[in-house]
Amino acid sequence: MVDELRVYQGALIAVYVIAIASIILLTGYSGQVSLGHGALMAVGAYAAAVSRIEFGIPIVLTFFIAVLAAAIGGALLGAAAARLSGPYLAGTTLALAIGLPSLANQFSILGGEQGIFFDVGFPPLSLGEDFTQYKWFFWIAALAALISMWLLQNVLRSRYGRTWRAGRGNEVAAQLCGVNTARSKILAFTVSAGIAGLAGALLSMTIGTVSPSAFPLALSFSLLTGAVLSGISTLSGVMIGAVILVAIPELADVIAHRLGTSESVTTNLPGLIVSGLLILTVLFVPNGPVEQHRARTAKHLASKKI
Amino acid sequence: MFQFINTLLIGITSGAIYALMAIAMVLVWRSTRVINFAQAGMALLSTYFGYEVMANFNSFWIALPVAMIGGALFAAFIEVVFMRLLVKHSSSGPIASVAPIIATLGLLGVIRAVVSMIWGGQDLRIEAPLSNDGFTLAGEVLVFSPMKLLTLLTVLGLMILLSILFQKTNLGLALRASAYAPEIARLSGIRVDAVRTLGWALAGAAGAVAGMFQTVNGSGTISPDSIEFSLLLLAGFIAAVIGGLESLLGAVIGGMFLGIVISFILIYINSGLFFIAPFIILLVVLLIRPQGIIGTKAARRA
Amino acid sequence: MHHGAICAINQVSLAVPTGKLAAIIGSNGAGKTTLMRALSGLNKPTHGNVNWMGQNITGMKPEKLVRLGISHVSEGKSVIPELNVQENLELGAIWRRNKKEATQSLEQVVTIFPRLGERLQQRADTLSGGERQMLAIGRAIMAKPKLLLLDEPSLGLAPLVIEQIFQSIRDLTTSMRLTVLLVEQNAVGALKIADLGVVLNLGKVVAVNHAQALMADPAVRAAYLGY
Repeated sequence: MVDELRVYQGALIAVYVIAIASIILLTGYSGQVSLGHGALMAVGAYAAAVSRIEFGIPIVLTFFIAVLAAAIGGALLGAAAARLSGPYLAGTTLALAIGLPSLANQFSILGGEQGIFFDVGFPPLSLGEDFTQYKWFFWIAALAALISMWLLQNVLRSRYGRTWRAGRGNEVAAQLCGVNTARSKILAFTVSAGIAGLAGALLSMTIGTVSPSAFPLALSFSLLTGAVLSGISTLSGVMIGAVILVAIPELADVIAHRLGTSESVTTNLPGLIVSGLLILTVLFVPNGPVEQHRARTAKHLASKKI
Repeated sequence: MFQFINTLLIGITSGAIYALMAIAMVLVWRSTRVINFAQAGMALLSTYFGYEVMANFNSFWIALPVAMIGGALFAAFIEVVFMRLLVKHSSSGPIASVAPIIATLGLLGVIRAVVSMIWGGQDLRIEAPLSNDGFTLAGEVLVFSPMKLLTLLTVLGLMILLSILFQKTNLGLALRASAYAPEIARLSGIRVDAVRTLGWALAGAAGAVAGMFQTVNGSGTISPDSIEFSLLLLAGFIAAVIGGLESLLGAVIGGMFLGIVISFILIYINSGLFFIAPFIILLVVLLIRPQGIIGTKAARRA
Repeated sequence: MHHGAICAINQVSLAVPTGKLAAIIGSNGAGKTTLMRALSGLNKPTHGNVNWMGQNITGMKPEKLVRLGISHVSEGKSVIPELNVQENLELGAIWRRNKKEATQSLEQVVTIFPRLGERLQQRADTLSGGERQMLAIGRAIMAKPKLLLLDEPSLGLAPLVIEQIFQSIRDLTTSMRLTVLLVEQNAVGALKIADLGVVLNLGKVVAVNHAQALMADPAVRAAYLGY
């Protein structure tokens, strides 16, 4: 009997795996920094929830709608962003991340601050009585994660992936090779957004509601951190980042209890750890642990050959 | 008629604060070619320094310079300890261009968390030194008070002072040379590292002024989670970009532009668009004129 | 000294008498620029010493070396295009304490390069190639150097302009009693105005002699002078 909390966390890890993968695609492969993926997750989540509530669409389809809605958002953002680079892009997506969730307060259909429910229903009875709701969430999320990772891996290995990498390294050189960098950047944004939308819908499934407070700016930062921790240019380390992100609040709790600190310290400790990790990783392990290990073994082998 | 004037006045005064933050960001950009996303966090910290002085001495006029000095020192500290390390470790690899962005974002998170830990959760206020009551004109009360006038004058004054520094002094020449061509600057005997730190220190001071004035012009309370802080965070960057990142005048124009446009959007269109308006404005400006209002095409090498 | 894994210059031992102009020639990749950069402090040598006026200056930063009298005009873009001519020149003297002397230096530079005097307020990116090179040299002079390191000043310039520049360099050396190290691919032009000639090949010194003697040397002529 696995503790319900662990099952819940397992579902969260699966969600983060997908969300971090979307960042790895966009930043690691295509070289574009987005601080707005939290907002894109929100788009997917709201799309799924609204389609379920207002139109009674079957659950499986709602996830596809989430992907589609977020992808459209990503395409629009990507089209605007294609002319931007580096910090300009980061700043623009930052503005989006701060601004978009607040739109929920404008339209009553989106439920304002409290949000709306996203109910995927109970697990089928055939799975037995012990199969809790959270287990159901976990298995859905895990399955979605596996499928999407497999699909993504194939996309990254395809010529699209190579095109993105080419554009990232040297845009002018890529253009001279006949790569339409603008179109490829938009494509990267679209795919990345769609994946994020899926993660958003799954997140809402797990929490049960969709509200602006579920997609704060901190989420976008966390995703970036998770991606950097995992090794931003490769998909292989995604689990590392996802696990760390889910572990940090627990870790912070433990530390706070041990030290017997005040409330303000406790609430801010996770944020501190996440940001601190981000800095340390970017400074000392910028390519991520997996790449670092690979590079080290390659160097070792090369020196051996002599 | 008065609604128009008031909207304009609101826009100008909030724009002045954004201009201050933009000045800070342009200073950092011009001296080290980095966009410091943590600038608003540093401004926040400086404002808390100011608060502590207010709590002990109850004088805004002492608190402001202390905040500025504190901001300058902290910024210099970050440049020496953090940024130089960053440049050394991350000049290659897939995320080379992206590393400074991520690092300053991480810095923002750390500053915010630490500030929350020390001062968070309480209602802390800074009292404005001048009246916040509006002037009266033809029987109507304007949304423009002595305090706001002071803010405006301070921004203009700072801009003029800094411009004189940059254009007319040897130090300014050194600052510019170190930003444009560090190697040539070195060969001219300029201690480029020290000069860059100075650039950051100036930016820290400017940010402190922004934070202090933002607080006393608003509700008077400081908090890491406040709307004012989020806005400062965003507005500084956006204003700097709109202005073209290359000149202090551009920063001021960018700030004013942003403040006025947001003000008109909120009052004439829909006040609920408060948070999304900056995004829309930024997007529109970058699409129409990517180099910013004043910037030149060559200047945008990020 | 190494560039990554490649050893750029290896065992260069050079002694140049004061007040003379030494031309350093050699084909591309011979290590000429690396040598200059090592001397001015831009790059750090992995082995060996650099001595200047009895002091060991190995590894010192360029900012410091300028104050010791070493001025380096590096290869390629050596003016700051965003600044105007006057500012570029003032940059050279920015570290000097005596502002009066600095103004005198400015007047001196304008006398040597009158074209610069006509364009003092213009942005440096509006200048022609030759004028930029004059500006770069002018800036180096503003630092009141004792040793002037010039890295390929003739690069990209028209032949007539090259002659003017070389002549100016010769005049400078004599009138200001400078010691000049002139790195050049334009070996003929450089040797013509030089007192001493040094030939570098693949990071090593292969010949040192009076400039006239080198110009007469058939092996040098065949390899570097083209006749």
